[in-house]
Amino acid sequence: MSRQSLTKAHAKISELTWEPTFATPATRFGTDYTFEKAPKKDPLKQIMRSYFPMEEEKDNRVFGAMDGAVRGNMFRQVQQRWLEWQKLFLSIIPFPEISAARAMPMAIDAVPNPEIHNGLAVQMIDEVRHSTIQMNLKKLYMNQYIDPAGFDMTEKAFANNYAGTIGRQFGEGFITGDAITAANVYLTVVAETAFTNTLFVAMPDEAAANGDYLLPTVFHSVQSDESRHISNGYSILLMALADERNRPLLERDLRYAWWNNHCVVDAAIGTFIEYGTKDRRKDRESYAEMWRRWIYDDYYRSYLLPLEKYGLTIPHDLVEEAWNRITNKGYVHEVARFFATGWPVNYWRIDTMTDTDFEWFEEKYPGWYSKYGKWWENYNRLAYPGRNKPIAFEDVGYQYPHRCWTCMVPALIREDMVVEKVDDQWRTYCSETCYWTDAVAFRSEYEGRETPNMGRLTGFREWETLHHDKDLADIVKDLGYVRDDGKTLIGQPHLDLDPKKMWTLDDVRGNRFMSPNVLLNQMSDAEREAHVAEYRANGTKVA
Amino acid sequence: MADITDQKTRSFPKIEFTDSEAGALDFPSSKSRTYNYYKPAKLRATMYEDVTVDVQPDPDRHLTQGWIYGFGDGPGGYPKEWTKAQSSNWHSFLDPNEEWEQTIYRNNSAVVRQVSLCLENARRARAYESWNHAWVVFIQRNLGAWMHAENGIALHVFTSIQRSAPTNMINNAVAVAAAHKMRFAQDLALFNLDLSEAGIDFDGAAHRDVWQNAPEWQPTRRTVEELTAVGDWGELLFATNIVFEQLVGQLFRSELVMQIAARNGDYITPTLVGTGENDYARDLAASRSLFQLLVRDEEHGAANKELFGQWLSVWVPKCLAAAQALQPIWSQPAEKPVTFATSLDAAKDKFRTLLEDLELDIPKELDQ
Ligand SMILES: [Fe+2]
Ligand SMILES: [Fe+2]
Ligand SMILES: [Zn+2]
Repeated sequence: MSRQSLTKAHAKISELTWEPTFATPATRFGTDYTFEKAPKKDPLKQIMRSYFPMEEEKDNRVFGAMDGAVRGNMFRQVQQRWLEWQKLFLSIIPFPEISAARAMPMAIDAVPNPEIHNGLAVQMIDEVRHSTIQMNLKKLYMNQYIDPAGFDMTEKAFANNYAGTIGRQFGEGFITGDAITAANVYLTVVAETAFTNTLFVAMPDEAAANGDYLLPTVFHSVQSDESRHISNGYSILLMALADERNRPLLERDLRYAWWNNHCVVDAAIGTFIEYGTKDRRKDRESYAEMWRRWIYDDYYRSYLLPLEKYGLTIPHDLVEEAWNRITNKGYVHEVARFFATGWPVNYWRIDTMTDTDFEWFEEKYPGWYSKYGKWWENYNRLAYPGRNKPIAFEDVGYQYPHRCWTCMVPALIREDMVVEKVDDQWRTYCSETCYWTDAVAFRSEYEGRETPNMGRLTGFREWETLHHDKDLADIVKDLGYVRDDGKTLIGQPHLDLDPKKMWTLDDVRGNRFMSPNVLLNQMSDAEREAHVAEYRANGTKVA
Repeated sequence: MADITDQKTRSFPKIEFTDSEAGALDFPSSKSRTYNYYKPAKLRATMYEDVTVDVQPDPDRHLTQGWIYGFGDGPGGYPKEWTKAQSSNWHSFLDPNEEWEQTIYRNNSAVVRQVSLCLENARRARAYESWNHAWVVFIQRNLGAWMHAENGIALHVFTSIQRSAPTNMINNAVAVAAAHKMRFAQDLALFNLDLSEAGIDFDGAAHRDVWQNAPEWQPTRRTVEELTAVGDWGELLFATNIVFEQLVGQLFRSELVMQIAARNGDYITPTLVGTGENDYARDLAASRSLFQLLVRDEEHGAANKELFGQWLSVWVPKCLAAAQALQPIWSQPAEKPVTFATSLDAAKDKFRTLLEDLELDIPKELDQ
């Protein structure tokens, strides 16, 4: 279509909306934001006549690549260390995708300007595409990769696993609570604009280095829809900024959304990239280096900072603190070690680390060996069943951590843990900001004003509570993380598929698993204070 | 010759042969190559089921920690209370069209190609020049008004509903219906643009006033607006796809436009409107199958039937009023091969058949 006819087509499509006079659309999802003063925006409309063939073409390329990968025996060269983590990642990500689709009517309800409704409805269809194309990729892995266990129970595992729950925030956060907080600030302004580059570009690039070129094929195709979503979000953000009353809410939501995305996404993607790869070239970018480029420079400096000209205070301190956690406080390394500690209740296998890995970590994160080297040596030593218990139940100088009530990643930077009684319960938080999110932001009043539409933190947030004081073997069985011989675990702390080297239910039986939060709430004040002081002193800050 | 001595050493990852193909080794679960957390409807799982079932979690199925965010005034996730309809197993609904990523783009792209070719040919053949004036005005006013209804339903009915139903299967099917409606509404609008530029006496702006003010269209607009105001997603889907689409949508599209266009020298409009009819046939199949499940539900079937009876008693009169008001447009074209009464009877007949499929009582208003 010529430029001129494109302009006419957009104008014509805009004529489809009208001002209702008999009844207005039901408001299913409320917001405390106001859009009365929102300027009329006229973002480019998506013309379905070009949209469908464009996406079909992209799909054809993806499906062609999938056929090619199978015919070209791609799985002969795929690193198991890498693909095992895809059992976790691909169990999580279709849910955030479909949740993004579900979030679109919330944004449509909240923002009265019909000019942007079209773009949001098209985004809904994109997100159905993303969710189902990713489920299909996972199915291909299940069919073609040597070890299908974990892929075969993917959606169930996602729904009952501690790591699945961490990831679930990244979908539930899009669809619950204040419609603008959820469907605009959390989903689009932060998750899509900041973090899809690490999720859908940086991480799949690492897959290619590990012999898997299908993950980049599918995810780059997904990412190519993202710029439209980002501009949808930006339009709504500018409309919100037109009303002074929205400013405190926007500032609240940017702090929550930025910090929660950092906690959740950097934990997962950081671990996949740093601990899931076999590519240990010294000039290969570390996750920290990627983060600097994609998040700090491209997002913070080029997208967030310019918002200051609208008088918005952006969370500089939290951006810097996220960077500080990644580079100085070992955030990603702590998370990886926590995942590996929990291996019996995983539905993926985690490889041991070699001297080559150690050297790379030391090069990229000086001081790494003195903090984590010994632990990973112990992980290697305790990898096989028979002579020892799973590492979580052996004394290797590692205390099973408290979980953050808000972001649900444990309080791994121990000196930063916050302990407070909130809603009549002693809760632990990984950081001041996560404490603030629960105690201040997700409440029906904020800075003296009513915020009835703001969401609430709900559910059995500490996963361990559900399994408190049970035998590890029974927990694994209840979760269903057992292979088809009825006894071998899906999760293993090594990659050897020799059945004699794989752990069974019998090998893990006899270990009682206790919930740190349940125990914390049973303590007297004095016991708790001593316990917390000790926990914080077990910190990991470099001297 | 180029100097190659000074080139930087390139760094690239080493590919390693790992023999990680399926079947390389035998060990527990090495042959476990189906999604095993749900029971497929037939012996083998379909692609559709594999990419759809359980992607939206449910505390009644595998979700153990519950929804971790709630609304300010109630639980989060997908509360079953968001409709008065009840089911002993919402998950038993599977989309008969088995829509997923590939079907959505393949089918809609096929429609796009069909429509584009048709419009191109029409332009080349100067097909619009032979239209008589009465027909030009008919299309200008009535197809012009109708495209608003399609667009409103796309954005404020189907797009809305897909946040609310308790399973991924229902929500995805409804999202696809939204995509259909949006494409169809735009196709009608762009057709309107083509006609404005065809060198005939066609007023491309007239549709707005007709939709907003023409007396014959006001009850239709009122009904569409009232539909969008319904909060209960089940009622909204029922009232739209079972009642409104039958008594107003099909009446206008199938029983009027499709029947009379050819006789008025127009072979273009039926191609376009036919795509909308085809979409509706697909989307209706999904709705029919959902509401059938609900009326046949062992536990809640009786209560659902009663509820749907109430919904009929609200929406049938509104939609019949909208249909009746449209009567004058039957006499606008020069050639009038069908009467309003014939068209309405045909629409009512189809509606009766649909209600029989749903085992619902035929509302008495239909016989008047
Ligand atoms: Fe997406
Ligand atoms: Fe997106
Ligand atoms: Zn936290």
